[in-house]
Amino acid sequence: MGKVVVVTSGKGGVGKTTSTAALGAALARTGQKVVVIDFDVGLRNLDLVMGAERRVVFDFVNVIQGAAKLPQALIRDKRVETLYLLPASQTRDKDALTEQGVARVIGELRPKFDWVICDSPAGIERGATLAMRHADTAIVVTNPEVSSVRDSDRIIGLLDAKTEKAEKGERIDKHLLLTRYDANRAARGEMLTIEDVLEILSTPLLGIIPESEEILRASNFGTPITISNPSSAPARAYLDAARRLKGEAVEMSIPSDKRGILNKLFGRRAA
Amino acid sequence: MTSGPSHHSPANQSSAAAEDAALRKPLRGPDVLALPGDEPFRKRMPSDVAPGTVQRRNSFRFRGRSLLALALTPELPVGGWLSDLDRWLRSSPGFFDRRPVVLDISWGKLSKYDFAGLLAELESRGIRLMAIEGADPSWVGPGLPPLIEGGRTAEAIESADFTAPKKGRAARPPKNEPASLLLENPVRSGQTVFFPDGDVTVIGSVASGAEIVAGGSIHIYGALRGRAMAGSAGNSRARIFCSKIEAELLAIDGLYKTADDIEPDVRGRAAQVWLDGNAVRVVALG
Repeated sequence: MGKVVVVTSGKGGVGKTTSTAALGAALARTGQKVVVIDFDVGLRNLDLVMGAERRVVFDFVNVIQGAAKLPQALIRDKRVETLYLLPASQTRDKDALTEQGVARVIGELRPKFDWVICDSPAGIERGATLAMRHADTAIVVTNPEVSSVRDSDRIIGLLDAKTEKAEKGERIDKHLLLTRYDANRAARGEMLTIEDVLEILSTPLLGIIPESEEILRASNFGTPITISNPSSAPARAYLDAARRLKGEAVEMSIPSDKRGILNKLFGRRAA
Repeated sequence: MTSGPSHHSPANQSSAAAEDAALRKPLRGPDVLALPGDEPFRKRMPSDVAPGTVQRRNSFRFRGRSLLALALTPELPVGGWLSDLDRWLRSSPGFFDRRPVVLDISWGKLSKYDFAGLLAELESRGIRLMAIEGADPSWVGPGLPPLIEGGRTAEAIESADFTAPKKGRAARPPKNEPASLLLENPVRSGQTVFFPDGDVTVIGSVASGAEIVAGGSIHIYGALRGRAMAGSAGNSRARIFCSKIEAELLAIDGLYKTADDIEPDVRGRAAQVWLDGNAVRVVALG
């Protein structure tokens, strides 16, 4: 049985969709069968970040309403063949998602995939609660700034109350993914430090993704960063986070694009 | 000492204290910090105020009150139900004495005429109604108990009372067990913990945007970044303790202090909060 993961945050624009795509691709590259689901009905983005926007025929809402079968709606990635996308509908809104429909789709996907990754919409309303409903594990995406941290705290509270696991009295696994981290700005005191964020949220850290232009470039080209430029700093951070998600013990570090003196020497010699 | 408050003389102070006790409820503003300017306003008796003058208040305190009322639900035919009721009253006279009674006719097959008759019948049996539920608003004129809605059914009130009470075996009052609530996880933003029965202890932090309301004291083994309200049921001796104070709002017995009013030198430290007369005091611990 596969693991259902929700990528959520409360606040918008912190990097849920980017992280879903990057982690999904990172897991799929190791041979795991992965499906990423866009729960952001009406404001779909995951198809763009995955570069599949021209291949969408049927979507999540069609499957829920019975207009299409699940295999018809799943889009297989062209670069990594164990990676699939279930796109959201752009012409509907979140009310088109029904509780039973979502439960049925997740129930069908779970035995067929190793990982079912749900990309939650921002907010704490219907779309977000349905995205987290069936999750075994939650990745809470947070930027090191106060409003994002407080919204994440709110979401963690909801994860402990509104998910199926919580209602059965079990505990949902929660991980914190700190994105858009800028070491220089943190050093100047313009951002919350990692320690501050961890202290406020008291949730284990899955990874720290450094702020990078590479991310924006990858999104615009429709390739998850972990496929387009796996040696870049953010991609290495996502690859490490994906390994931690699989349960491997990987030492926490903040990858950087700046080369150390050894790297420079090595780079020159190789050139 | 002609126009200013003369609360410096001992005699005045004691009378002021008595006044203060009498005025505790309606006239306390939010966190009156015993500032000289606030004193005359706070200690003025209502009789001092000339009729017609509007007195400005910082706040007016209302407290919620919930109590268990007995709901009478008549059945049709009303005559038959009333004779059943009479049988009850014969076996347990005085059953309705001093008990809040609500008349529930929300099942709604009663006519206005029946309703008026029913009220008269109840009155003749000495049953005084606190409120009426489910009647047509036009039926309930002045002089009748108010119309309410949203009452919830509670457990049947001691049915032992309904059966003929045996002598010497009165319904025992519930044992007064010390009530406290222990939370072993952090309280997250947006969560409210409401525990009017006693103390609340949190092992973990209380996040910004979270709220704890306790009838007794609040103990937080972690950072308090949200709102903490102790002594909510009118306990001015309740206190708040936390290992790191970064609170948005602190309140004891309805008097509050916002983040801006917390002394900067205490912020971020372990602290306790208590009520000193009318002032919410925050001091560092240890």
